Amino acid sequence: MTPTKAAGASSHPLDSLFRADRLPHILCPGCGIGPAMQCYTQAMVESGIPLERQVCVSGIGCSGRVAGYVNIDSYHTTHGRAIPFALGVAVARPELRVTVFSGDGDLISIGGNHFMHSARRNVDLTVICINNFNYGMTGGQAGPTTPPGAKATTAPYGNAERPFNLPYLAAAVGATFVARWTALHVRQLKDTMVRALRKQGFSFIEILAPCPTGFGRPNDIGEGLDEMNRYRTRCVVNHKAPLHELDVDLREIEEPIVLGNFVDRDRPHYRPPMIQRSPAEEHGTAGDRWAAQRPAGMEGTE
Amino acid sequence: MTASERILTGEHFMLGDHACAEGALAAGLDFFACYPITPSTEVAERLSHRMPKLGASFLQMEDELGSMAAIVGASVAGARAMTATSGPGFSLMMENVGLAAMMEAPCVVVDVMRGSPSTGLPTAVGQGDVMQVRWGSHGDYSIVAYCPNSPQECFDLTIKAFNTADHYRIPTFVMLDEVVGHMTERVVIPDAKEIPFSGRKRPSTPPTDGRFLPFQAAGDGVPPMAHAGEGYKLHFTGLTHDERGYPALTPEAHVALVRRLVDKVRLNAPAIVEHEELMLDDAEVVIVAFGCTSRSARRAVHLAREQGVRAGLLRPITLWPFPEERVRRQLRTRGLRRFVVAELNMGQMSREVERLTQLPVLRVNHPGGAMLRPEDILEAVLR
Repeated sequence: MTPTKAAGASSHPLDSLFRADRLPHILCPGCGIGPAMQCYTQAMVESGIPLERQVCVSGIGCSGRVAGYVNIDSYHTTHGRAIPFALGVAVARPELRVTVFSGDGDLISIGGNHFMHSARRNVDLTVICINNFNYGMTGGQAGPTTPPGAKATTAPYGNAERPFNLPYLAAAVGATFVARWTALHVRQLKDTMVRALRKQGFSFIEILAPCPTGFGRPNDIGEGLDEMNRYRTRCVVNHKAPLHELDVDLREIEEPIVLGNFVDRDRPHYRPPMIQRSPAEEHGTAGDRWAAQRPAGMEGTE
Repeated sequence: MTASERILTGEHFMLGDHACAEGALAAGLDFFACYPITPSTEVAERLSHRMPKLGASFLQMEDELGSMAAIVGASVAGARAMTATSGPGFSLMMENVGLAAMMEAPCVVVDVMRGSPSTGLPTAVGQGDVMQVRWGSHGDYSIVAYCPNSPQECFDLTIKAFNTADHYRIPTFVMLDEVVGHMTERVVIPDAKEIPFSGRKRPSTPPTDGRFLPFQAAGDGVPPMAHAGEGYKLHFTGLTHDERGYPALTPEAHVALVRRLVDKVRLNAPAIVEHEELMLDDAEVVIVAFGCTSRSARRAVHLAREQGVRAGLLRPITLWPFPEERVRRQLRTRGLRRFVVAELNMGQMSREVERLTQLPVLRVNHPGGAMLRPEDILEAVLR
């Protein structure tokens, strides 16, 4: 298939923020990652942080592909290891603003240990987590966010496990900023991303997103639009909601889904231990060593 | 000779693990991430003491998966990055050793080998990671593994490991064993200006002209490396990718990429391989041994010669690439009767010799716990 453009839409204000030569993307019709990715690119600009100082790191899965579409320095790493990889970038070059954009399975299941410890350390990272309640890339398996009873290709009789409440988890392990929005609430989501990008320390944003192919179909939710409609009718915004009451079950039609910016607190962010010395006494840091080898014109782009 | 805070120029009586840490600092280590594990812990402890005073980053991570991922991240951001571990942690690191190979992110892994498999013998020597270091991550890629047999070599080869990693954009390995890591000997640290430094090949075009292809290699198979934050809008992925770094999931792209990753070391092997030899010119029996075992083997050579048997020693300094050209050359020595391969595993390096010769290859080995004695090796030489 070749990309086609709608009549009259020959360009878009965000074109330069995407790698046009990588489009069309791999995402299914109705997927919630697209709107979330657009919010992220808008927030990159609105944050005021120069684009050449922003880095996107992702893991494996549908959401992990986002690093391949955004037109900034971006790294698509191994399954579950986006956070420690991003930590390496952020610590080696503290002047860079590093965002991890990945999915619930990648960040919370296989990468759960890194998530927990990086939040505890308060590493200077923004973690954007698409939660679509299943493993989409591999075809709709159950994961640690799948609601109890929900059908999945590895839970044909209904999921027997209790899922994580992600904002509660993130706050408990030390995140300094914790929010939840959906792929429908694009304005609030974008504004929250701007706040998170500007905040020092470990910030976490959960984005509830339709996966009509992997999760919607076996659970009788219908198309992506139908899941968006559930968000429209069931979501309530309560920034002060008790964190332990933030469980989500898309199938329980009566229960509200609570969104908001739940946690915003200040704690010293992580720095490796340093005994202060004058710069002249230092052999060199990562930023400095290659400076002598940097071709002319490499600085001050954008 | 004057010592600086970073480079402790002078003569020392130093532990092998510590010499490894000092070699890394002398090479310009910016970033170290690790998880404590015997018998490599002294590398981390030494660096936790030294790095904060040098403006360099020491991190103790939650596990070895994270440690390895973190050093790959630091590497793509321009840092000279290292981790240190032993067998059980080394197994966990293999996932992101593959990522380092695929992203061509230079980094150094120190592996202090202990009795294995599994938890094995945490405090006792082994040499069981010979094949894991070469083939431990899935698929085909290439690495260089150095095997010091003394604290002085721990210092020297760690520096070399950084330079080789940067030159070829590969993960490199410094394979100590518990005996070498916990051995204290004389270590001479030279003047800073005598420490060899060769860095990464860098882009020759600025990011503004948009012509830079981050995975386009020159004749040596090694692409110039741009780092995060320099304006190139890089994309690196563990997926099979094209010269732009973009995913390219075709057989053609896969063959081109993986072949180049393998050939970077294979075709440059003559420039990389190092060995030490003792009395090989007239040897009728050649002992092949590395690490602590080579020290027993050296003694066995002298004992055999005293008894009238012309023994010699070939010690791989690069375990990988294996010094196979030197073995082949030895096959042309008149009177060569057999090889004796001594190692603290059940014959992992023996296979490398066996595949090169029709002559008998005697295996002298056990899976670790104590060094092989010179007499154990001598018995096979005289047999």
